[in-house]
Amino acid sequence: MPSQLVNDYFRQENLPHIWCSGCGNGIVTRAIVKAIDSLGLKKDDVCVVSGIGCSSRASGYLDFNTIHTTHGRALAFATGIKLANPKLNVIVISGDGDASAIGGNHLIHASRRNIDITTIVYNNNIYGMTGGQYSPTTPCGDKATTAPYGNLDNTFDLCDLVKGAGATYIARSTIYSPNMIQKQVENGIKNKGFSLIETITSCPTYYGRKNKKGDAVQMLTYLRDHSINTVAYNKLSDEEREGKIVVGEFHNSPKPEFTQLYDELIKSMAKED
Amino acid sequence: MTVRLMQGNEACVEGALKAGMKFYAGYPITPSTEIAEISALELPKVGGKFIQMEDEIGGMATIIGASVAGLKSMTATSGPGFSLKQENIGYAIIAEIPCVIVNVQRVGPSTGLPTSPAQGDIMQARWGTHGDHSIIALYPNSVKEIYEITVRAFNLAEKYRTPVILLLDEIIGHMREKIDIDDNSKIEIIDRKKPSCPPEKYLAYAVREGEIVPSMASFGEGYRYHITGLVHKETGFPTGNENVAEELVNRLTSKIENNVDDIVTYDEYLLEDADIAIVAFGATSRSAKKAINDLRAEGYKVGMFRPITIWPSPEKQLLELSKNVKRIIVVEMNSGQYFLEVDRIAGKNTLVEKYGKINGDIIKPEEIEAIVKEGHNA
Amino acid sequence: MERVEFRLSGSGGQGLITGGIILAEAAIIDGLNAVQSQSYGPEARGGASKSEVIIDKAEIDYPKVNKCDVLLSLTQVSCDKYLKDLRSGGILIIDESIELPERQDIKVYRVPIINIAVTKLNKPMVANIVALGIINVITNIVSNESLEKAVLTRVPKGTEDLNKAALTEGFKLLD
Repeated sequence: MPSQLVNDYFRQENLPHIWCSGCGNGIVTRAIVKAIDSLGLKKDDVCVVSGIGCSSRASGYLDFNTIHTTHGRALAFATGIKLANPKLNVIVISGDGDASAIGGNHLIHASRRNIDITTIVYNNNIYGMTGGQYSPTTPCGDKATTAPYGNLDNTFDLCDLVKGAGATYIARSTIYSPNMIQKQVENGIKNKGFSLIETITSCPTYYGRKNKKGDAVQMLTYLRDHSINTVAYNKLSDEEREGKIVVGEFHNSPKPEFTQLYDELIKSMAKED
Repeated sequence: MTVRLMQGNEACVEGALKAGMKFYAGYPITPSTEIAEISALELPKVGGKFIQMEDEIGGMATIIGASVAGLKSMTATSGPGFSLKQENIGYAIIAEIPCVIVNVQRVGPSTGLPTSPAQGDIMQARWGTHGDHSIIALYPNSVKEIYEITVRAFNLAEKYRTPVILLLDEIIGHMREKIDIDDNSKIEIIDRKKPSCPPEKYLAYAVREGEIVPSMASFGEGYRYHITGLVHKETGFPTGNENVAEELVNRLTSKIENNVDDIVTYDEYLLEDADIAIVAFGATSRSAKKAINDLRAEGYKVGMFRPITIWPSPEKQLLELSKNVKRIIVVEMNSGQYFLEVDRIAGKNTLVEKYGKINGDIIKPEEIEAIVKEGHNA
Repeated sequence: MERVEFRLSGSGGQGLITGGIILAEAAIIDGLNAVQSQSYGPEARGGASKSEVIIDKAEIDYPKVNKCDVLLSLTQVSCDKYLKDLRSGGILIIDESIELPERQDIKVYRVPIINIAVTKLNKPMVANIVALGIINVITNIVSNESLEKAVLTRVPKGTEDLNKAALTEGFKLLD
């Protein structure tokens, strides 16, 4: 018997979802829906845009205006939707590869424009849909099918990246704390501007197995034991900081929003006539 | 009636605005930039939106998004950007999102000759995106025709729920010419069909009896539905079912191929008594017209067939032509792309030859005259 | 009236593209057909730049200039570059700063276009409008009224009087 939340917001006919058992994507998706529910948004006014990858399949399960786009381009599609109809609450669901590798350019520029889009990146440190290749967030030294001897690349800190680019609300949480995800998504939607919420989720099937991280429960426990808030983190020595996942709200600093500025431009031109 | 001197790229924007364009997204690229610049200037005046995206791919993705939200949308580019847009053009095909893509062609491959004309994207317009599909591509040959054909590009995009490609020559895009656009009250404007059923009955990708394409709700109008680039059922939700896959791809192709009589337009010049026909489009057709007039004065029975709809090709008309002439010469600023299509259609009935040029220079009337005479004496 | 092909040449920044547009627009005001085109890209910045205008009573098919009937050159470089494309029997209009070419098969007008703009009008940038005046006196291709109308619609606001004066100086240049 599905919960009221699932009844109200999920497209029953498309369930069960395609995610592996133990995958954290369901936790994040549920937290997003709880945030929308708690804000009391009308379903007709919500638009969920996703790219390509495991997490991006979420759009198909949700009973909103939903569009599953091309790899990396969710934010560009979302920019068109939001600019064309600023009344829509536009939420982008993307994975680490989708958002920061193939779609990295759009992430930077959506942040720079401060367009009112709330982006939730499901970061599982791997390309899951294609079978476990390393992504820009796979830790250096970790293994993947395309990093059989260990990943030589450095990782992105997505929150630092979008801060530099101009995003106005930035937060990180893990699937160990669904309430924190929900709160951050709520605040992200409330922010009139570009919001990025990075949620650390787990992929026991590929990332976990390749790197001997144990089963789903062990991976969740790992997230619990390695998460730390900014205040506590700042008190640690460099050695103690190693391997920690800093969570919490990092940035919440509103500034003029792109679609609003454009609407003001249109209004000012109408006055001139 | 006000007659104006107007640049081709400017006429493209004027036509788009006439058709109801309310959204433009793109990335600067020569020789198409005036289309972006004038759109940026004019759109906010009519309550429309312009955005310069971070790259060509983004420009294409963004106009699809805006169209999904209900606005008539356009982007413009040139060869290198046209290559980058192809994946999302395929998305617009499978998801049936109306939009217009202008390609002001330049010499390629790659950066090529950025300010020199070419007609080298004929086949890319047809087959640029992956997988089986059909496409509509239009090719005007004057500033006035750019205006009219841009309106038509939007109309066809809306009617058939498909991306429409407008191929321009750098020559026509950049030149200024006489145009009368105030006398345009008779121009027909087509808008996409909206659903009339209540939202709970809406099947986003079901074609109703007597319709060509599914009716299209805009996001935010109360019809919550799903759009995907995956093969999908009538509900819009993805499926791996092979029957559905085949049916969908067939439907997307046949909605164009079964309506060629409505989509195809062309122009004929002095073909009635001709035994030699030149096939040419865009700026090349203007050289050909001059050549034909000169050749006629010397007694050659030569005429021209000019496809305005390049894709789907005017197959029926070209087949008919092949029965009436001894020679067809396809003249184009490439090394024989449309020739392949004309030869496929007409080659069984008559001799089909090609004349191409790929150095960034327009094909001059004298060159066409020479090629006609050469074959004639042989 | 038969097809007449003009090439206006000089260096980038001398306003020759605007000059071409004005000439084409004047022709349209007179009910003629006109096509204007120009060189783009790096070529348009400095060096020899050109603007081309074709005017015809009949519809203009071939839109490019191959052998022009009238060549205007405001710089030596542009004259050297484009002189070979002036047809035999054509008209060459050059600034007085340019050496008289050796071709005997053309008609040459060597006039102080830039000097008039600098000394009489105190604005070297209106040399293009002075040039249009002299072109029309020599070729009589459009009516002076239409040319003036076209000048006034295409020049920046606030410079109308200056440009009108420049055109008048051009009209007087052969007197």
